[in-house]
Amino acid sequence: MVHGEIWTMKELFTYPNEYIYWSVQIVMYPFMTGLVAGAFVLSSLYHVFGIKELKDIARFALVFSFALLFAAPMPIMLHLQHPFRGINVMMTPHFTSAIAAFGIVFFTYGAIVASELWFLYRKHFVDKALALREKQDKSFVEQLWYLLYGTLTLGSYDVSDEALHRDEKAIKVLAGIGIPVACFLHGYAGFIFGSVKANALWMTPLMPVIFIMSAIVSGIALCMLTYIVVMEIRKFMMKRSRKTWQQSLEEVKGAEMHVVKMTAKYLVLFLVLAITLEFLDLIFRGYTAVKSWDVLRSVIYERDFYDIFIMQYGIGNLVPLLLFLVPGLTIRRTILGVLLVLFGVFMMRWNVVIGGQAFSLTFAGYMHYLLPIVPHDWETAKEGLVGAVGIFVMPFVLFWFIAKVFPVFGETNKAH
Amino acid sequence: MLTRRNFLKYSLAGAAGLAVPATIKASTGTAPAAGTATDKRWVFLVDSTKCVGCGMCVKACKNENEVPYDANVSRTWVERYVVTKDGKVHADSPKAARDGFTTQTIDQGHHGKEIIKPADISKAFFVPKLCNHCENPACVQVCPVGATYQTKEGVVLVDRTWCIGCGYCIMACPYGVRFFHPVYHTAEKCTFCVHRLHAGLKPACVEACPFGARQIGNRNDPNDPVTKTILNNKVQVLKEEYGTKPQVYYLGLSMEVK
Repeated sequence: MVHGEIWTMKELFTYPNEYIYWSVQIVMYPFMTGLVAGAFVLSSLYHVFGIKELKDIARFALVFSFALLFAAPMPIMLHLQHPFRGINVMMTPHFTSAIAAFGIVFFTYGAIVASELWFLYRKHFVDKALALREKQDKSFVEQLWYLLYGTLTLGSYDVSDEALHRDEKAIKVLAGIGIPVACFLHGYAGFIFGSVKANALWMTPLMPVIFIMSAIVSGIALCMLTYIVVMEIRKFMMKRSRKTWQQSLEEVKGAEMHVVKMTAKYLVLFLVLAITLEFLDLIFRGYTAVKSWDVLRSVIYERDFYDIFIMQYGIGNLVPLLLFLVPGLTIRRTILGVLLVLFGVFMMRWNVVIGGQAFSLTFAGYMHYLLPIVPHDWETAKEGLVGAVGIFVMPFVLFWFIAKVFPVFGETNKAH
Repeated sequence: MLTRRNFLKYSLAGAAGLAVPATIKASTGTAPAAGTATDKRWVFLVDSTKCVGCGMCVKACKNENEVPYDANVSRTWVERYVVTKDGKVHADSPKAARDGFTTQTIDQGHHGKEIIKPADISKAFFVPKLCNHCENPACVQVCPVGATYQTKEGVVLVDRTWCIGCGYCIMACPYGVRFFHPVYHTAEKCTFCVHRLHAGLKPACVEACPFGARQIGNRNDPNDPVTKTILNNKVQVLKEEYGTKPQVYYLGLSMEVK
């Protein structure tokens, strides 16, 4: 069977070789990179612009961005017909291709996030390493931790005020460089689509900007969601344990609500920007009505109407916008809001990637994508529901491990 | 002992070593195949008025180029257009027209078959399609690893040993000529049968066409019959608006052709 044939339903006049070649993993790819970029931008709002209200979520967002970073290239690996040749992109990058720069942009960005994290946690590493060094009769596990923290200090044990001040400066610079790079990482994911002149739906110079806006929206939403979940767990733990905590339960509750309210404002701002740009694109297409408009109109207003206007703009954008704008925001309402926002951004990616292949190059036929739910071979597993869910779960699992080395709350004495 | 100086020296040497394969690849990637003359520019001429939709070209192509016979993909295909008196255009290409057009019903995919009464037909014709071996190929531009390339003779090829199977070239082609090979799982397309051209033969489809609807020629040779036809007659190309500068020329192309 030809790749793509199993999940493509062709209607009316299509070319013989046309199938949905870019399936659900290509929906996941911009979704995941978007989350990475968004989480980083959120953390930078504090570090660069000094928005104090975001202080608590900033460090958290940076660590989460790091976890997401590892998951971001995975959809591509699952999508490639020859995943083991993926490294060819690094070996012979063909720079006229928008994908060729992926490795370079990705690793540059990764290096920035990793260095920023290092400066942020350097004191923590030094403290841990020194404490473990002095400890007599270390257990085997403690030996391993000592080895890890010792390595992570990179031999730099200077934690004088002067040195820490320099660290802070470095963080600020890195976060500053990181914002344009994060926007570039994702804007360029938009460019991959926007520059395909053969695809009438994708080709628009607005695509990279729309992608950046929705990326920030989704990144903020995911950070808020994870932040709330972690805070709820903390509160639950505080209620149960008899140990005395540094902060009282009420203090934690108040701080949580404050952070959520502040972050929600930025979420709404970027959401409005994203929707505005998307509608500008839609109106422009309808007004100019070039050759492809007939088939695009039939896809947008008829065949994919439910996915675009009900699922994406309705449930994914309008409802959460109302949830956030109605006064008296609560944690529960926020959770529902951010979940819907995440769903909306996912649907936006879906409607771009799958919607862009919903019509034939003949402009006289259609292709319908049937997402493989129950896998019956490797292909339908990796490019089906199972693969997509696996990719989405991955950063949370990674975060759980990474947060063991980079504690996101309290423990470091020097809060940045 | 590993001094700082030595460390830097070895690192630089290592980095330079890593860059070598890239250079080798870049230098071999676009080189013409051994023994080819580089003063040629292959172009294709389709006389759509001569095509009867027998599908011999598709059969010949599949056999010659080892594209699995029953797979629903093909390097070349034939489209049938039926325009009814109400001005509606009905088109299809069942199984890429491998078995020719043997029934009067139009294949509408999941919409089933469309039956058109002969009395309602105002005009009908066939259009063979293949890779346009564009002067400015969008597929070559977007390949992230340089696995697809244009030879000096203008032929666009795919390196099956280097293609990563991302499908970006398939997305970039406005003509829908590319697909994933069912066996090699790499991007696949018409090559103008460049292996035959280099052996002094004509492409399989040109050879198989009983009516001379398909011809190949060298645009750099002013005495080539194909070049003469292209220069002296009213010819058209497909989807000129994409700026790809396609090099498959059509005689008698109708405006209904997609």
